[in-house]
Amino acid sequence: MVSEQLVDLSRLQFAATALYHFLFVPLTIGMVWMLVIMESVYVMTGKPLYKDMTRFWGKLFGINFALGVTTGITLEFQFGTNWAYYSHYVGDIFGAPLAIEGLMAFFLESTMIGLFFFGWDRLSRRQHLLVTVLMAVGTNLSALWILIANGWMQNPVGAEFSYVTMRMEMTDFWAVVFNPDAQAKFVHTVSAGYVTGAMFVLSISSWYLLRRRDVEFAKRSFGIAAAFGFASVCSVIVLGDESGYTVGEAQQTKLAAMEAMWETEPAPAPFNLIAIPNEAEMKNDFAIEIPWVMGIIGTRSLDKQIPGIKEIKAKNRERIVSGIEAVTALDALRRDQNDEAARREFEEHKADLGFGLLLKKYVSHFDQLTPEIIEKAVNDTVPRVAPMFWSFRLMVALGFAMLLLFGLALWHSVKGDFADKPWLLRAALYSLPMPWIACEVGWFVAEYGRQPWTIYGVLPTHLSVSTLSVESLYGSLAGFVGFYTVLLVVEMYLMIKFAKQGPGSLGTGRYANEAHA
Amino acid sequence: MLDYESLKLIWWLLVGVLLVGFAIMDGHDMGVGTLLPFVGKDDTERRVVINTVGPHWDGNQVWFITGGGAIFAAWPLVYATAFSGFYWAMLAVLWALFFRPVGFDYRSKISNPTWRKTWDWGLFVGGAVPPLIFGVAFGNLFQGVPFSFDDHLVSTYSGSFWALLNPFALLCGVVSTAMITFHGAIYLVHRTQGEIQWRALRAAGFFGGLMVLSFVAAGVWLWMGIPGYVIQSAVEGGALPNPLAKTVVREAGAWFANYRAYPATLLLPALGIVGVFAAQALARSGRSMAAFWASALAIVGVIGTAGAALFPFIMPSSLDPRASLTVWDSVSSRLTLNIMLWATLIFMPIIILYTSWAYRVMGGKVTAAYVRENSHSAY
Repeated sequence: MVSEQLVDLSRLQFAATALYHFLFVPLTIGMVWMLVIMESVYVMTGKPLYKDMTRFWGKLFGINFALGVTTGITLEFQFGTNWAYYSHYVGDIFGAPLAIEGLMAFFLESTMIGLFFFGWDRLSRRQHLLVTVLMAVGTNLSALWILIANGWMQNPVGAEFSYVTMRMEMTDFWAVVFNPDAQAKFVHTVSAGYVTGAMFVLSISSWYLLRRRDVEFAKRSFGIAAAFGFASVCSVIVLGDESGYTVGEAQQTKLAAMEAMWETEPAPAPFNLIAIPNEAEMKNDFAIEIPWVMGIIGTRSLDKQIPGIKEIKAKNRERIVSGIEAVTALDALRRDQNDEAARREFEEHKADLGFGLLLKKYVSHFDQLTPEIIEKAVNDTVPRVAPMFWSFRLMVALGFAMLLLFGLALWHSVKGDFADKPWLLRAALYSLPMPWIACEVGWFVAEYGRQPWTIYGVLPTHLSVSTLSVESLYGSLAGFVGFYTVLLVVEMYLMIKFAKQGPGSLGTGRYANEAHA
Repeated sequence: MLDYESLKLIWWLLVGVLLVGFAIMDGHDMGVGTLLPFVGKDDTERRVVINTVGPHWDGNQVWFITGGGAIFAAWPLVYATAFSGFYWAMLAVLWALFFRPVGFDYRSKISNPTWRKTWDWGLFVGGAVPPLIFGVAFGNLFQGVPFSFDDHLVSTYSGSFWALLNPFALLCGVVSTAMITFHGAIYLVHRTQGEIQWRALRAAGFFGGLMVLSFVAAGVWLWMGIPGYVIQSAVEGGALPNPLAKTVVREAGAWFANYRAYPATLLLPALGIVGVFAAQALARSGRSMAAFWASALAIVGVIGTAGAALFPFIMPSSLDPRASLTVWDSVSSRLTLNIMLWATLIFMPIIILYTSWAYRVMGGKVTAAYVRENSHSAY
C-alpha cells in the first residue's frame, strides 16, 4: 500500500509547482492581447509612441514569459515522474490534449515570440502585427487544450474503463473537447488572465503618472488597460464558472463545499454570504443567508434543487458499497479474463469502480473491510468545507474589487481626467497583487475541491502516485524550492529594474531614464 | 480508421520522427549552448553565438515538449514507467533545461560581467546535460531496466540513479552529446564568420570524430557484450495491449536480429557515419547549409540505428522480462492513436512551414556589428 506521506508530498510538490507556474501564465495570456491592441493602433496610425508601447510592454512580457516556459515543462514532466499510475490509467484520454496543445498551439506561440522580439527590422509593419496576432492566438489555444485536459479531470466524459488494458480509454474525442466543464473553465481562466494583464499595465502606468514621468506614454497605456480590463473583469464575473457548476457531480460536490451547504434546501436555495462551517457536526455554527440567490446563480432557475453535502455523502455511500463489488470482480477478471460470472458482476457495478478504489487508501484487501473504514471513505468524498468556503469568497471579493477599480479607471479615462486623480492612480498601483491572488485562490478552489480524486469518480488521488521513496520526494521538493526561489528573485529583480526604468530602457532617445549602450 | 496493428507501427515511426526532429532542431541550439563558453572568447563574441539561435530556441524547444506529450498520448505506459523509474535522471534534465529560457532571455539584460558569465555556464549546462542523459537512458534501454508491474499494472522500479551511470550507458551518453555538439558546431559554421566560424569548424572536427569513434565503439560493445531481448510467444499485432501477456527471453546477439533479417537497415548506421564526414567536408568547403542537412542525416542515422536494433522493444525489463514494454503492448487505444495521427498529419506540415519562414526571416550571418546596433533588443 502507498504510504500517506508519499501521497501528501507528491501532492505538495505538484501544488507548489503548479501554483508557481500559474504566477506567470495569466500575465502572458492577458498581456499578449494588450500587445496586439497597441501594435494594431501603431499599424493603423503609424505613431511611433504605439510602437514603443508594444516594445516596452513586450520587454516586460518577455521577462515573464521566460519563467512561464521554464516552469511549464516541470508540469508536463511531473505527470510521468510523480503520477505514473495516473499517466497509465488515463493517458489514453489525458495525453491527447496535451500533445495537441504542443502541435497546434505551443509551437505557434513559441516560434512567433522569437519573431516578435527579433523581427522588428526584418518584417513589414503588417507582417509583424500578424506575428503578434499569431502569438496571441497560440497562447490562447494553448490555454484551451490545457483546460480541456483539466476539464476532463473534473468531468470525465467520453471515456470508458477496460479491464483488459486496466485503464480508461477514449470512446468519444469530441465529447472530451466539447466538455461543458472545459469550455466554462477556458472562458473563465483566460478572462482572468486578461484581467491580470490589464492590471499589470494599469498599475505600472499609474506609477509613472504619479511621478509625472513619460506622461504621454503612461496615459495611453492606462487608457488601453482600463478599457481592456473592464471588459475582461465583466467577462470573468458574468461567465464565471458558476455556470458550469451544475453540470457534473464533481462540480456539485465542489459547489456544496464552497457554499457550505450541508442540507439540500428547497429551491431556490439561499446563499451563505458569511458562515462558520462546523465540519464535525456537519452544520454552520453561524450564517448570514440571502434567500434565493444560490438557487438562481447555481441552477439559473427557480425550481431546480442543489444537493447538499449530507445528500451527496449518502449517495456516495451507496456507490462505495457497489464499488466493492466492482473491485472484487475486477480482481477476479485480472486473474482470469474468461471468468463469465465475474464479467457480469463487473459490468453491473462498473460505474462505481472508482468509488470502490477509494477504500484502497485504508485496506489493500477487501476482506479487512469494516463499517468504520467505509464511513471514513464516505467522509473523504467531500473536501473540507472551510478552506473551500473562504477561498471562494476571497476570489469573488477580489473580483468585485477589481470590477470597481476598472470601472472607475474606465470612467475617468473616458472623461480624460485620470492623470489628475492621485487617489485613483494610487488605488490602481496598490491593487497590483489582486489578480494574482485571485488566480491562485481560484486554482485552489478548482483543484482542492476535486479531492479525493485526480479524476472525479474514476481515480482516487492516493492511487495515482508513482511508487517512489519518501526520500526522493524530499530531495526533489528541496530542489524545486531552491531553484524556484532563485528564479523568482532573478525575475523580480529584472522586472522591477525595467519597470522602474520605463520606456527609456528601449534606448530610443524619447523618454526619461534613457538607457546607455 | 486504420487497423490497430498498422497504427501501432506508424506510431513507433512517428515517435521516432519526433525524437529526430527534437535532436535536429532543439539539438542544434543545445550544441550551440555547449560550445558557447569555448567558441566565444569575449562578451561580444558570445552574444553573436547566442543570437544565432536567439529567435529560434524557444520554438525548437517545443519539439521536446511535443515529443513528451506524444509519448504520453501514444505510449502512456512508457511515459509512466520511464519517467518515474528514471526519476532523478529526468529531474536532472528538467533542472538543466531551467537554465535555457532564463539564460537566453535574461543574460544580456544586465551588463555586469559576472552575471553574464554565470548565465553562459548556465547555457552550457542546459545544452550539455540533456543530450548526455538521453544517451545514458538509451544505453540503459539496451541493457534492460529493473521494473515490474503488479496485477493492476502499478509499476515499481528497483534500481538506483547511480546504477544508470554504468560504463556502456556512459559511452552512449558520449555518442549523443558528441552528436548534438557536432550538430551545433556545424550550425555555428553556417551562421557566423571569422574567428568564431573558424573555432566552430575546429569543434566540428573534434566532435565529429568523437561521435564516429564512440558510435562504432558502442556498436562493437553491443555486439560483443550486451545480450538482447526476444519475444518468444506469438505476437498478435492487433490485440488489446497487455504487457503481461507475453513471454520474453534474453539472448546474446539479439539486438542484431533485425539487422540480420533486414540487411537494408544497415544503411542507418552507415548514414550515421557518412553523414558526419559529409558534413565536415561540406562545412570546410563553405557549403554550410548543405553541411547542416548532412549533419541532420547523421542524426537520423544514429537514432534510427538504435530504434531498429531495439524494435519491437521500447523499454525491456531486466527484472521481469515479460513486463518489457513493446510497440505492441504499451500503446494507447486505437481511437486515440488514430486521432493523434490525424493531429500530427495536419499540424506537422504547418509547423515546418512557419518554422522555415522564421529561419528565412532571421537568416544570414550574425555579426558583432548586429549585436552592437541592437544592444537593447538582441540577446
